[in-house]
Amino acid sequence: MVYDVAVIGAGIIGCGVARELSRYNCKAVLIEKENDVAMGTTRANSAIIHAGYDPEPGTLMAKYNAPGNRMAGEICEELDVPFKRCGSFVLAFSEEEMETVKKLYARGVENGVPDQQILSGEEVRKMEPNVSENCVGALFAPSAGIVNPWEFALAMGEQAVENGVELKLCWEAASIEKENGNFVITGKNGEKIEAKFVVNAAGVYSDTVANMIGDESFSIDSSRGQYYLLDKSQGELFNHVMFQCPGPLGKGVLVAPTVHGNLIVGPDANPGCEKDDVSTDRNGLANVAATSKKTTTAVNFRECIRNFAGLRSEPSTHDFIVGFSEKDDHFMNIAGIKSPGLSAAPAIAEDAVRMLLEAGVPSEKKENFIGGHKHLRFKELSDEEKAAAIAKNPLYGRVICRCETITEGEIVDALHGVIVPRTLDGIKRRCNAGMGRCQSGFCGPKVLEIIARELDMDPVDVLLDKDGSYILTGKTTKGGCR
Amino acid sequence: MYYDLVVVGGGPAGLAAAEEAKRNGAGSVLIIERDKELGGILNQCIHSGFGLHVFKEQLSGPEYAQRFIDRLEGTGIEVKTDTMVLAITPEKSVYAINSNEGYMKIDAGAIVLAMGCRERTRGAISIPGERPSGIFTAGAAQKYINMDGYMCGKKVLILGSGDIGLIMARRMTLEGAEVKAVVELMPYSNGLKRNIAQCLDDYGIPLYLSHTVTDIKGENGRLSKVIVSKVNGYDPIPGTEIEFDVDTLLLSVGLVPENELSRSAGVVLDKRTNGAIVDETMMTSIPGIFACGNVLHVHDLVDFVTHESERAGKAAAEYLKAQREGASSEEVEAPIELHNGDFIGYTVPQKVTVSKVDKFIEVLFRVRAVLNNATVVVKAGDKVLMSKKHEQMLPAEMEKLIIPKKMLEMANGQDIEIAVVKEGEE
Repeated sequence: MVYDVAVIGAGIIGCGVARELSRYNCKAVLIEKENDVAMGTTRANSAIIHAGYDPEPGTLMAKYNAPGNRMAGEICEELDVPFKRCGSFVLAFSEEEMETVKKLYARGVENGVPDQQILSGEEVRKMEPNVSENCVGALFAPSAGIVNPWEFALAMGEQAVENGVELKLCWEAASIEKENGNFVITGKNGEKIEAKFVVNAAGVYSDTVANMIGDESFSIDSSRGQYYLLDKSQGELFNHVMFQCPGPLGKGVLVAPTVHGNLIVGPDANPGCEKDDVSTDRNGLANVAATSKKTTTAVNFRECIRNFAGLRSEPSTHDFIVGFSEKDDHFMNIAGIKSPGLSAAPAIAEDAVRMLLEAGVPSEKKENFIGGHKHLRFKELSDEEKAAAIAKNPLYGRVICRCETITEGEIVDALHGVIVPRTLDGIKRRCNAGMGRCQSGFCGPKVLEIIARELDMDPVDVLLDKDGSYILTGKTTKGGCR
Repeated sequence: MYYDLVVVGGGPAGLAAAEEAKRNGAGSVLIIERDKELGGILNQCIHSGFGLHVFKEQLSGPEYAQRFIDRLEGTGIEVKTDTMVLAITPEKSVYAINSNEGYMKIDAGAIVLAMGCRERTRGAISIPGERPSGIFTAGAAQKYINMDGYMCGKKVLILGSGDIGLIMARRMTLEGAEVKAVVELMPYSNGLKRNIAQCLDDYGIPLYLSHTVTDIKGENGRLSKVIVSKVNGYDPIPGTEIEFDVDTLLLSVGLVPENELSRSAGVVLDKRTNGAIVDETMMTSIPGIFACGNVLHVHDLVDFVTHESERAGKAAAEYLKAQREGASSEEVEAPIELHNGDFIGYTVPQKVTVSKVDKFIEVLFRVRAVLNNATVVVKAGDKVLMSKKHEQMLPAEMEKLIIPKKMLEMANGQDIEIAVVKEGEE
């Protein structure tokens, strides 16, 4: 079997490219080293769909951001992904910063950002009363949004799979050879995949993968950013994404609502870290909290429910890398997808597939392309819909995750979805069970039991997250009461 | 659907409140429990030590709960298990779901809130480091081990010397795990003295006071190392790091009353307890809505939960009776408040309507430091109403103060203050 395209990496880019490819009658495979999709930077970032005023005109970041922003809204609508076009502010705290705001406004105009406004401090506080008195004005961009990034990637990955893309999880590329004009990717498991085209969407590891064909035109530096995620009690402090002005001392930290109703504060920047280092540290977090005070003193950090860190994929070229490698015109790099990568992803995927089709990937459109479908989210239903849902399936009448009101029915739905989760965190990403203030203290054991039951697994084999993250070590001497 | 009294939660608090309310003529009573069986968290507390005050004997958690469950028989109290309350309105409508009856609106004449508490998590205290598996709240580990029959670790460190952590140190040792240490941020333990003796000392498990976890490392996805440092106040002291090679970290770092439903009803909460502000009858800011047990404030002993909940249940019955008789139009004076003076963390109740007190009120409180030979002083303005000397008071152990009605009347409608005066100070 020779695939037309092998996509390496199932993050937001890999899933987006796979989805675009699945519109055509080509044979594509999506390879992911982890046990689920969206396991890298896609699952740990600010979760913001940027308007597009940040990148310097002329860069690929500028080219893809504003169109990606528009497309993200459409795709989330089609695939029922939580997305809210809430708008963003860039706050200025001095006259110098107001100059930056004006520069950003001009950039936004050039980059095609719609409906931007420059507001006075008073106007800002009228819209966001919790903004500091020291704010003298801001750029307001109503097209910015917030999204659930892992559901975004997952939904695109699932649509790709439904439309014929093969997904291989726990499949890590070890080497790539060229044989008879085709790529042969050898996995760490010894298996081989043969493909005419390769798309390298391996995130912070995309330099490693490019090196496999001798492409050393770029390197990726991982820059770790840490966050606070706060309880819903803090989620209503702000209705918009609140940025600080980028300045000589860094980009500042953002304070933003999430699509789940929480509040997110972060990130800092720790360049030069290991490619898998998503640890948090005491000083870094303290700095994030301290820096946020410039924006607002209203956040109660005692309401923190989780800290996490994500990695920015900082390319040595300082811009997105999207295109065929100079070493091989059938090997495409989509690398260095740092901020605003999540926002740009849909536009990048579309453009990448255009280039692949032009280069010879079969371009005949599928006649029966399967569109998106709705998920049942119990807590969002009206009273009547709730009653009807339980009448149809009694499992919707049993709440498993009490903090987020997630029912057994939703968890079972996820376990029988297109891309089957086999871990507690996989369930969390699909239906939010365990995302709340008790952080799965109560529902963890219950979710584990449901996974084992539905997938016919030994409970001891159910993992928390990545391979190796076992939860249970064996039975007790006398066994349980159930 | 209408019930005179809806009790939200079928743990020890809900059971005691429902039974006492019924005994006092509350009318139709419904207990709503989210789990498949009554008993609440007691069901996973298979160790002994419950019931010394209420039953004058040592029972395990499930046995203690069963005494109350058995007593339900023949009372006419109705129970809905496996049923989740989604919201409570200020008008005392309760919205709930279960698999059999679907989505329900239940109107109530009175409500007792008895939802219990949850454990603080790693995120709540921002423990830095990596995010491998093997980090559990002590209660979650207890459920895996005691209810589900699965072990969740072989080499264990426990952060926090709260009672659940101490109990789990012993439990995991008995199941063959090696518990390397219990680490406590404060210079004193947060658990009962008897648990330190019976769960740590008896098994040679060291307790590191004034230490905390400062880093977490994983290997292949599972916890492999926990770094512990000595603290000065709350700040880690560089150079004091101790490395523990463990695959499991249990957190016993405090409990938080679960008041999301109370908030949805508009009940006013106390920042100190994270529970409702109540009067001497356990009534919250909303007439007819009462709170008791760990949803009101975190208790050390279930026996005290039972006492408190019986008071709430009785008061709910009396409230319903008064409503039925057409609540008297006679003016009641505004309640006085109980203020926290030196060393007092909180009091429950927080306010008292003096004319409605029968003979005395029972005030539960916690101190904020270890206090030896100190005196609890109750004052109204500059006037000392009463004082009582204590040999020792610990933050980990709840204290009780009986204030006779006479003393309350001496306050002449002024708020009163409860404070601790250390020996040698005035």
